[in-house]
Amino acid sequence: MDQFTPISSTLGGVLIGAAAVLLMLTTGRIAGVSGIISRLLPPHADDQPLERLAFLGGLLAAPLLLMAVEPFRTAAASTGSPVLLVSAGLLVGFGSVLGGGCTSGHGVCGLARLSVRSMTATAVFMLAGLFTVYVSRHLVGG
Amino acid sequence: MRALSYFVSGLLFGVGLVLSGLISPAKVLAFLDLAGHWDPSLALTLAAAVSVTFLGYKLVLGRAAPIFDHTFHLPQSTSVDIKLIIGAALFGTGWGLVGYCPGPAVAALAYGSAASMIFVCAMLVGMAAARFLAACSLSAVRK
Repeated sequence: MDQFTPISSTLGGVLIGAAAVLLMLTTGRIAGVSGIISRLLPPHADDQPLERLAFLGGLLAAPLLLMAVEPFRTAAASTGSPVLLVSAGLLVGFGSVLGGGCTSGHGVCGLARLSVRSMTATAVFMLAGLFTVYVSRHLVGG
Repeated sequence: MRALSYFVSGLLFGVGLVLSGLISPAKVLAFLDLAGHWDPSLALTLAAAVSVTFLGYKLVLGRAAPIFDHTFHLPQSTSVDIKLIIGAALFGTGWGLVGYCPGPAVAALAYGSAASMIFVCAMLVGMAAARFLAACSLSAVRK
């Protein structure tokens, strides 16, 4: 354990939950980021493009706001090669739309609704993530 | 008001991503690396987020309607089908390769790194491809 951060990680989770509850209270919708992004893309069937863009604007504004308060609070970017980044991006994008959600929609909102679909999806993507890291770090990358 | 609600929710969500460490791919990979120097921090993030959402939804969904809409828009599908399983498996594989999932990847664009830009562009292509396929199969069914 290099950097166990129980307090800030728990606090961050509380804020993510609060964001999901706020969106449900005000607009009646699930805070699923992959859905919010993908419904902006063609082929079009979107009823609320402005709202979805506003959510993404908030997501982008958050790190900037925190940097303004605390200039050194940045996170190092991925050190993966472009080929790895493109492969991973394609998988994450395609998989989240095919599976109907990602870490936020299934992993947070869906689990909180005790949805069997989301529990299944979360179990599957957690296992796939654990397996991928195991293979890439301990079998291949070593 | 709806757009403002979305913005504030996105802002809170993003601050949560930064504070928790989810915005850092290294932190995510350390969380997924059970056989290495496992960092359980993000398990606490998930537990806290789900608990708050669980309790909050209990209160909110007791209302007749949300504040700025006539009705709640909850996912209706309950079937655990092969698309869900394959989609989640592909998603998890991509997540484990790099450590970005959609929310953190978009928020990380704010730091201006080439890595997050490449990832997000590829992610958009993947999403559009899946939507296109879904639209095709839907129209094939209709025919």
